[in-house]
Amino acid sequence: MGLTLNHFLVLGALLFCIGLYGALAKRNAIAVLMGIEIMLNAVNITMVGFSFFNQVRPYSTFLTGQIFAIFIITVAAAEAAVALAMIIAIYRRRSTVDVGEIDMMKW
Amino acid sequence: MDLATLIFWIIAFVLVGSALLVVIQRNIVHSALALILFFAMASGIYLLLNAEFIAIVQILIYAGAVAVLILFALMLTRTSNIQVNSNPNGKLRWLALPICALVAAGIIFATSISPLVTTATSNLVPYGGKGVCAIPPNNVIYIGELLYSPTCYSYVLPFEIASVVLLVAIMGAIVIGRED
Repeated sequence: MGLTLNHFLVLGALLFCIGLYGALAKRNAIAVLMGIEIMLNAVNITMVGFSFFNQVRPYSTFLTGQIFAIFIITVAAAEAAVALAMIIAIYRRRSTVDVGEIDMMKW
Repeated sequence: MDLATLIFWIIAFVLVGSALLVVIQRNIVHSALALILFFAMASGIYLLLNAEFIAIVQILIYAGAVAVLILFALMLTRTSNIQVNSNPNGKLRWLALPICALVAAGIIFATSISPLVTTATSNLVPYGGKGVCAIPPNNVIYIGELLYSPTCYSYVLPFEIASVVLLVAIMGAIVIGRED
């Protein structure tokens, strides 16, 4: 037996949950951002796997999964730039990157 | 076991191991270095799936730009105890662990019982439709035609909207990160 779609889906699920743990359980804001990047990469692996194993005839030639992965990469890069600018601005004001202490919008 | 399966298992073990290292290291600079290894290995998975363009883009954007951006932010927000415990766990750690395990178990159970997933076979030659346009010789030209082509089926409008998203992100990053 060779590679099946299940291999890639299970790999994507494992990586997604490791990233989810990093995003939920960390206190450093940059570590939370790293967890989100891992989650986005796991989704990309799943998307490209679906594109590779798609055999429905007119649609498999449109490579929808790969195009979707390219747009995910674009949005992830934009999100990383804005989030890191926000983290640096908050650090300049309050000298901390701990997400537990950044509570100025908490009611 | 053929060669592709062997390479898949090697890359998958390195991917899961480096992702775990990102999550469990105490020093956040080590986490960032493990994240670079993770990005580079993910491009190996894309090569295995015949997606050469995405593999190159992964190296350029993630292992290049995003990794440098994260390291820059780490150096600009330096805390005093970066060696000892610069990547601490929050109070919700023991709540997050079962949540993540449940999500993983749910997804893996769903994929293992789905008949569409278990019967899917690879199409090693994905090119060859009977459209108006000729099928391009390689993946990069194919993606390029799918993104730009004015005559064939293409994703021109989402591509233009993505450029607007990038412009807004650039301006937002400059405005937010500027000194007062």
